[in-house]
Amino acid sequence: MGPSTTDPATDLAHGAAPLHLPAPRLQELMDELRRAGYACVGPTLRDGAIVYQRLPSAADLPQGISDDQAPGSYRICHTGSARRFAWANGPQALKPLLFAPRETLWRASPQPDASLAFDAAIPDGEALAVIGVRSCDLAALALQDRHFLGGSYPDPYYASRREKLFIVAVHCSHPAPTCFCASTGDGPRATSGFDIALAELDGGFIAEAGAPRGEQILAALGLAPASAGQLAQGEAQLHHAAAVQHRALPGRNLQAALFANLEHPRWSDVAQRCLSCGNCTSVCPTCFCHSEAEIPQLDGAHSEHVREWDSCFTQSHSFIHGLTIRPDTRTRYRQWLTHKLGTWHEQYGRSGCVGCGRCISWCPVGIDITEEAAAICGPGD
Amino acid sequence: MAKLPLSARIVGRVEESPTIFTLRLRLADERARAAYRFAPGQFNMVYLYGVGEVPISIVSDPSGPELLDHTIRAVGRVTQGLARLQPGEHIGLRGPFGRGWPLREAEGHDILVVTGGLGCAPVVAVINYILMRRERFGRLTIIQGVKHAEEMIWRERYAYWNTLPDTRVLLAADHGGALWPFHVGLVTEVFDQAPITPANTLVMMCGPEGMMHAGIQNLTARGIAEERIYLSMERSMHCAVGHCGHCQYGARFVCRDGPVFAYPRVKELFRVKGY
Repeated sequence: MGPSTTDPATDLAHGAAPLHLPAPRLQELMDELRRAGYACVGPTLRDGAIVYQRLPSAADLPQGISDDQAPGSYRICHTGSARRFAWANGPQALKPLLFAPRETLWRASPQPDASLAFDAAIPDGEALAVIGVRSCDLAALALQDRHFLGGSYPDPYYASRREKLFIVAVHCSHPAPTCFCASTGDGPRATSGFDIALAELDGGFIAEAGAPRGEQILAALGLAPASAGQLAQGEAQLHHAAAVQHRALPGRNLQAALFANLEHPRWSDVAQRCLSCGNCTSVCPTCFCHSEAEIPQLDGAHSEHVREWDSCFTQSHSFIHGLTIRPDTRTRYRQWLTHKLGTWHEQYGRSGCVGCGRCISWCPVGIDITEEAAAICGPGD
Repeated sequence: MAKLPLSARIVGRVEESPTIFTLRLRLADERARAAYRFAPGQFNMVYLYGVGEVPISIVSDPSGPELLDHTIRAVGRVTQGLARLQPGEHIGLRGPFGRGWPLREAEGHDILVVTGGLGCAPVVAVINYILMRRERFGRLTIIQGVKHAEEMIWRERYAYWNTLPDTRVLLAADHGGALWPFHVGLVTEVFDQAPITPANTLVMMCGPEGMMHAGIQNLTARGIAEERIYLSMERSMHCAVGHCGHCQYGARFVCRDGPVFAYPRVKELFRVKGY
């Protein structure tokens, strides 16, 4: 694994003093990343949402744009601000860049001797530098790393992209009302898993390296140290970004509380509202479920074995011959929540929720995970 | 997905019943064939070209891993396609996966094998394993229940097993019929006839969860400790390596942490509808 997964605490301990990157020089950072062999990906406005895609230049960043988020609602607004990262998050996290929404795993082709030949379709993707990664998404990335790379069968598809990922985090200064990363301990400050972290101020950025390769990029820019005033402003912003969050989960580990309440009437109540559409699992940065399917080619010469994102909210997800384990919305929502906030602890040592709030905004009926968790587990402390 | 499937030639096919068949497979690649090892209770992902994969447990003996028997019931797209294949044709094989039966712990103990419905294939591997190493195990009791007498496959095999020393076969059908000389009623009703020494018995179960649940209630009431009861669980599986999420059972991935579990490992959610 690349340096971006090294422990930032140790990296930052020896790191140089934070630097100041004037806003007009953001393009130079991108140029330096390109020189180092990375293609830049960053937040851009597309179809009324901020999404991560190819970033031709710093001018394509969403300057003066913010997001209004509420349960069941996401709207872009124009603020006139000179800032480029004055928004919370869009529907995507890093997930689609590493765990592809749909990809071919292998191809089977019949041979003249009646045997089958199998060829892996490991992607040889380009090295990407993602600019503007949020702390919640870094926490989610660490969880996806653990899921896809941690066991006896590290996923080569995920790994091939992950190894080449360079991360420029931007501390969150404008959380949405749907955000609750302060309560899950995953933000608003990016504390680990990045190569470079930026704090956006008016007129520029405080830049810190989180790994040696980030340090190299910053060194090449020849930046001046950030002033005490700039650092104080950065701290104040982060303090504010945590303080304005009013949503919270009723505790960090809800496994016992959830499983003690498997027959709570709230599960039926939420099932009356939930459309079982799977939007929450699609926008969730940690949800890893996928299905595998076979796409035989029309010429008969080969067949592709593909995987694509799946959701525990579909009927097919739990289907075994003659039986659907979760036939209704109540059992599906319960599976999702008891896994996300419960059994993740046992599987990966922490909750599967990083407080990004996407499932709240992108739920068509505005179901709020923090509200449901509190109704089922009690309000907590 | 971590392993690619390997091409496997069908070298034998046995029609066990109108819907159940056994494929005997031989890996095409010599090196892969020589390296292949498995434990009873483990499964392979069996791939039908152009259609897809299904998890199927291996029923043959681990001492002969060059020939891999898979007993399959034709119930879905893939298995119905597999049912039409003939010797000489190739399929894909990815595996083995999962944790099998606790055979080392079972040595020196009486073994009670309980199966219901058509869930018998995973435990047939264990029965054969024990019978081939008879001196290492105590009494073997095999209890098999089916809904209808005509669903009973391998009847001759069960009859033969019943003639072996220290081996007892008890059969039950919810609905018997003229040619069913065995018990008519629930499979748990024949437990009374099983010679059980709780402190020295290890139980291996496979079948519908309702049946396994009734069996567990019956056996624990007789003093068998829960940790001496092992179950083979079934859930939807796509990847077989603990990534796709379909087979999750609480915190467990059935494909990776199972399919065979000591009962306490799955007890919390066992029979909770929706898990």
